[in-house]
Amino acid sequence: MKLLYFAWVKQKTGTGEEDVMPPAGAGNVHELIAWLKTRGEGYEAAFADLGVIRCAVDQEHGDLDTPIAGASEVAFFPPVTGG
Amino acid sequence: MIRVQTDDFDIGAEVAALTEGRTDIGAIVTFSGLVRDASGGERVASMELEHYPGMTEKELARIETEAHERWPLQATLIVHRVGRLAPGDNIVLVAAASAHREAAFEAASFLMDYLKTRAPFWKREEGQGEAHWVDARESDDKAATRWKR
Repeated sequence: MKLLYFAWVKQKTGTGEEDVMPPAGAGNVHELIAWLKTRGEGYEAAFADLGVIRCAVDQEHGDLDTPIAGASEVAFFPPVTGG
Repeated sequence: MIRVQTDDFDIGAEVAALTEGRTDIGAIVTFSGLVRDASGGERVASMELEHYPGMTEKELARIETEAHERWPLQATLIVHRVGRLAPGDNIVLVAAASAHREAAFEAASFLMDYLKTRAPFWKREEGQGEAHWVDARESDDKAATRWKR
C-alpha cells in the first residue's frame, strides 16, 4: 500500500511517500493511523491531533471509518487551503 | 475544463477560448484569486502552493461535474496555479458560462466554495519570520455548507 503525506503532515513524518504493509488488523483509516503512530516520533507528532488530519483513500476524501481493505493509496494531509 | 499549472493565466484569453465559436452563452461569471501581501497581520513575501497530483485533478473534475448537475451551464473552467507565487500573482481562476446570469453567478460561487474546502491544495506563506502552513478557515467551511442538500 502506498502512503502519501502532504504539507505539515509530510514535514512531521519526514517523508512524502512510502510503501508499507500494514498489519492485517488495520481495517480502516483509524486503525492504520494507530499502527503508523507506533512507527516513530515523527508519526506520533503528525497524528497527535486527529481533529486536524484529513485523509483520502484511492484519491477520494475519506474519514477515520473509511475501510482500507484493497486500497492501493492512502493519503494524509491537513484541511485544504487552496483557492 | 480543468488545469493545474505553474504558469500564469490570462483571464481575457481564457474567457475568449471558452466562448469561441459559441452563440448560446448569455452570461459568464469569472472569479480570480490573487496572492495578498499580508495575512493575519503579517507580511507575506512569497507563497508556495503544494497539491496532490492525481487527486487534485479528480477532485476538481468531481466539483465541476456537480456544478453541471445543479445548474444549466454551457461551460465551466477551473485553472489553479501551484509552486512559488509572489504577492499580486494570480492563484486561481473559475469561470461559469450559462444562458442567463443567475446560474452563472451561483455556479461560480459554488465552484469556489467547493474548491476551497475539497480540492487538495495547501498554501505555505513566507514572510519575515519562519515559513508557515496556512490554516484552513472556518468561514470557508461555512460558505460551502450553504450548498448542502
